[in-house]
Amino acid sequence: MLMKLARLSLWNRRGTVLMTWLSLTISIALLLGIDHLRTEAKSSFTSTVSGTDLIVGARSGQLNLLLYSVFRIGNATANISWPSYQRIIKHPQIDWAIPISLGDSHRGYRVMGTNTDYFSHYRYANSQPLVLAQGKPFEQVFDTVLGAEVAQKLGYKLGEQIELSHGVGAVSFSQHKDKPFTVVGILARTGTPVDQTVHVSLEAIEAIHLDWQQGAPMPGRQLSSEQTLQHDLTPKSITAFMVGLKSRMATFTLQRQINEFKNEPLTAILPGVALAELWQMLGMVENLLLLISLLVLLAALVGMITTLLASMKERQREMAILRAAGAHPWYLFVLIQLEVLLVTLLSMLSAAALLFISLYLLQDKLAADFGLFISLHIVKLTTLYWAGAILLLSAVLATIPGVLAYRKALADGLTIRL
Amino acid sequence: MTDKPKIPAIDLKQLQFYYQNGGWQLNLPELTLHCGQHLFVRGASGSGKTTLLNLLCGITRPVSGELYVNGQPLHQLSSSARDSLRAKYIGVVFQQLNLIPYLSVLDNTLLSSHFAGQNKTDSVNRAKTLLQRLGLQQDLWHKPATNLSVGQQQRVAIARALLPKPTLLIADEPTSALDSDNRDAFMRVMLAEADANGCTVIFVSHDQSLTRYFHYQLDMQQLATGVQPC
Repeated sequence: MLMKLARLSLWNRRGTVLMTWLSLTISIALLLGIDHLRTEAKSSFTSTVSGTDLIVGARSGQLNLLLYSVFRIGNATANISWPSYQRIIKHPQIDWAIPISLGDSHRGYRVMGTNTDYFSHYRYANSQPLVLAQGKPFEQVFDTVLGAEVAQKLGYKLGEQIELSHGVGAVSFSQHKDKPFTVVGILARTGTPVDQTVHVSLEAIEAIHLDWQQGAPMPGRQLSSEQTLQHDLTPKSITAFMVGLKSRMATFTLQRQINEFKNEPLTAILPGVALAELWQMLGMVENLLLLISLLVLLAALVGMITTLLASMKERQREMAILRAAGAHPWYLFVLIQLEVLLVTLLSMLSAAALLFISLYLLQDKLAADFGLFISLHIVKLTTLYWAGAILLLSAVLATIPGVLAYRKALADGLTIRL
Repeated sequence: MTDKPKIPAIDLKQLQFYYQNGGWQLNLPELTLHCGQHLFVRGASGSGKTTLLNLLCGITRPVSGELYVNGQPLHQLSSSARDSLRAKYIGVVFQQLNLIPYLSVLDNTLLSSHFAGQNKTDSVNRAKTLLQRLGLQQDLWHKPATNLSVGQQQRVAIARALLPKPTLLIADEPTSALDSDNRDAFMRVMLAEADANGCTVIFVSHDQSLTRYFHYQLDMQQLATGVQPC
């Protein structure tokens, strides 16, 4: 009967209840959505690179190095000479190394020169290797392997010819038009910046810049693709390299040795530490967003209590009738609590549905535009904590009209004031 | 013990009530009603009727004196004990708008037995019989209470008040919203049902013409002293 009363009473006031429900749904969806996005973003973010013990680049800050080597954001300040690279990777503790050469782009996507070790050693997320969805790793100098998003967005298929641009802008005025590349492989989606990368061999990077000097093509000295192949394409320098060690115990020793490398000023970073540091900076924004959504939720809850308080006046008769029929004031208190909890519960369910549907619809867009892979599993432990907290908060706030009903019931007795 | 016929439905001695701030005072030296005896309380508005009703229902506690309903010392019980006592032994009918608008006729009737903690299926059966006897046919039972005429609504209120088989039925001007034909029909059916249940009726009204239905009558003017706001 209590449940029936709460249900029918809410239905009787469905106009205001509907608006309350709507505002609660939106604010709860916002809160859960932001919470979901930040955990997803964090895991997506921290899983960009895995299994790599050190990243080495020219001397710079660790964030800068991390950003350009892993996230393809920003530019390197200087390069590492090829002999230095060769010398360092001979270190007995080093298991594998992936050289990286950046600086070119293809229609806004960064081009990365590397070697085939990249395909066998690079790991992301929980030590997942790169998988070729189609084709094979590059073999010839003018072969390229595309990240999943590059291929999808630009609609490239195996065997297609693409041209690279000098520099990293989306619109570049200097093209490497004379040396087209053939798409030989397309990687499976990873949810990391790898998807947005055009991979070529280090030799290719060297080849397309053979006839360039000081960042511009040298007039009258242009070489065709075939001609370049006659030259020695051993790179003169690389931008950075990733290192996998035989034993993680050696990480700090090697890091120190690289940082103190005599021939060239270098910096070696631990990707995990750098990622955590970067996330801490982003965490500020994330916490701010969470705070804002919490305030929005609070506003919605206060709104609900306000409408309830406003309705108490028109419900005085109802309360008096219940009281005359033998209801204890406590019963009225519980009735109001129940109504609030019902509305909140209903709002939480619809908020979860709203969130699920919007994530479902936005999933591809988020992945494509922001490289954010958001799972649809919105119900997890933290969600349940939130749900509990929201219910508790609404129950606490509902004590205001609840106590009011209780006290009015005691004071007014059976009289009905219209 | 309480079922013995000797125990009066209502028994009060030297009942006194006043508000802390006012000069107004209500005094009831003695009143005893046995089961089935009906009392007419006459009084204009502002004469303390509501206070008397609140006292008799156990909503407010008397300042001094003794008040027994069905042998239970209402003046000594805690407020929640008085609430359960009211649920079980006292039925209340208001002037008008007795029903919760969003509940059906049947659910409105069942409210009282719900608060009295009585068996559901048993109550439903009795509620149906009671409604039928009060002239409310089956087709009305599941309609929202607001679809009924005022006369019908008042009869539903009677059904609700009588459903938990109370010893006391307190009616606060239940006929004031009815026309004279309806009023007489209402009085007859209410008293007949009260008699059938062995229930004592305390009927408050300013309508002199209704005194003929009652064994006893009480004038509020004799009870209240002091300033009387109108």
